[in-house]
Amino acid sequence: MFNKDLHLNPHLFDADVEQIPTRNGYGDGLLILGEKNKNVVVLTADLAESTRVLKFGEKYPERFIECGVAEQNMMSMASGLALSGKIPFVSSYAVFNPGRNWDQLRVSVCVNNANVKVVGAHAGISVGPDGMTHQALEDIAITRVLPRMIVVVPCDYEETKKATIALGELVGPTYFRFAREKTPVITTSETSFNIGQAEVLIKGKDVSIFASGPLLYQALVAAKMLKSKGISVEVINNHTIKPLDEKTLIASAKKTRAVVTVEEHQIMGGAGSAVAELLAQKYPVPVEMIGMPNSFGESGKPLELIAKYGMDTPAIIKAITRVLKRKA
Amino acid sequence: MLLHDKKLKILEEKANEIRKDIIKMLEHAGSGHSAGPLGMADIFTALYFHVLHHNPKKPNWPERDRLVLSNGHICPVRYVTMAHAGYFPKKELMTLRQLGSRLQGHPERSMLPGLETSNGPLGQGLSQAVGMALAGRMDKKKYHVYCAMSDGEHQEGQTWEAVMAAGKYKLRNLTGILDRNNIQIDGYTEDVMPLESLADKYKAFGWHVLEIDGHNMRAFVDACEEAKTIYEKPTIIIAHTIPGRGVSYMENDYLWHGNPPNAEQARQALSELRTLGGKIESEHQ
Repeated sequence: MFNKDLHLNPHLFDADVEQIPTRNGYGDGLLILGEKNKNVVVLTADLAESTRVLKFGEKYPERFIECGVAEQNMMSMASGLALSGKIPFVSSYAVFNPGRNWDQLRVSVCVNNANVKVVGAHAGISVGPDGMTHQALEDIAITRVLPRMIVVVPCDYEETKKATIALGELVGPTYFRFAREKTPVITTSETSFNIGQAEVLIKGKDVSIFASGPLLYQALVAAKMLKSKGISVEVINNHTIKPLDEKTLIASAKKTRAVVTVEEHQIMGGAGSAVAELLAQKYPVPVEMIGMPNSFGESGKPLELIAKYGMDTPAIIKAITRVLKRKA
Repeated sequence: MLLHDKKLKILEEKANEIRKDIIKMLEHAGSGHSAGPLGMADIFTALYFHVLHHNPKKPNWPERDRLVLSNGHICPVRYVTMAHAGYFPKKELMTLRQLGSRLQGHPERSMLPGLETSNGPLGQGLSQAVGMALAGRMDKKKYHVYCAMSDGEHQEGQTWEAVMAAGKYKLRNLTGILDRNNIQIDGYTEDVMPLESLADKYKAFGWHVLEIDGHNMRAFVDACEEAKTIYEKPTIIIAHTIPGRGVSYMENDYLWHGNPPNAEQARQALSELRTLGGKIESEHQ
């Protein structure tokens, strides 16, 4: 059922599907990029190990800047480094970075048009037991409104690795986020990845799912389950929230005339909102949105929280049922 | 580089010319900040005409010294000094704050070559300067990074984060210039939110601290020279200045922080600057 050109993980629906934290993809991607480009520098705010930049720091201590717990200074320092020819990756948890230092992101980075790579780790509700203060569910909203920003949400380990390298090679301010926990590996090293190009993983004709981030897996499972009930679901990996791949998304909406967006972020202001802004203006069709329903989270296991707040496979199937009813 | 008597005299005359152009451009613009730019006119004159290694014809020269202006709202003094130094035609000064002008209300680096950063929201410039100094060290560059700051922005927590970071990295290629004029929008700094002792605070974070009269250009130049001889530490030059310096009715009055003179006020200000406060006679009226 997968698009063969994309070389996805053939064991994706196995019970023992390989699972790796997306954050590991960042750490591994940085090592490859750091080897290729000596101008890559890494900053962190007392979170070197958990954001997976520690290995970079051990390999390239002269290009590693430990900022202490001072995220605002870290962001503006990165601006100064970038304006002096460096390619800084600013690494912390998404609740602090860009949560704590949004003004510095707006002024020091975006207004200055500085080539800074902002990296939000431990994003989404799946950070789990740490609870609501540490669950970043607003970061996409506050980054995608900034002029000049590019915003990417990779779906798995492989894609996070590729996104790290691709964003490092692109000139301009960027934000990308990833999660703490292990999640299924959906793509392989052979899967193509281009910023701004959404990928159709499963072709369908009744309804489209535009999924961003690791919940893409839950969307794929929903598509598989509905196939057996005769519903043909198109699943698109919408990894670039800004700029959206308008061509691919509108083509899919034209074909299926019903869209469900899926993401681990507040429904307000996230990838779903970006899709709704696009479709409302260019090709209006019914849209249902899966995401955090205007609420903070709480402590719990990642999958428990994803179920409780309506972002798991059964919730996606319900949203598909709703959108199909609305489809004229 | 030593400042000889003859050059000092030239610089003092230049600073007076720069003050006059600040008054003219602010009066023409009808909005903007008066007190800070006048207070920093001597230091900016000394920077652009004596201290900085720079080339107005090659604003992106990689080896240039960097001057970050953290409190972007005093940009009128930077614009006027840059125009006098040859970065752009002086007549452009009269476009300040107008639609389409390169002289934005707060400095915008993408529009005007020679500006290192875009700044306005307080407290970010020193962090950017720390980044530039770190980059310079990584690349083994000889350039020096200067960061001009207001005293008021030392109420921002981020300023102290940057002070801490510069101390940690012992950035000897970084010199901060703190405009200690004691005023901010809502009043006197020590009433609004006391800052003292700034010298002790910087010392505690591992900086070399110098305090000078910010209208004594020789003292400022000497301080910049001393800063370069201090190894293993960044230097802060706390420059005590008189806000509105040179215009009697503006001096030390915080109400002039964010306002421009009207036509009549500008006439009086220019008359005072021409006669150096009545000390000399002016042939102009």
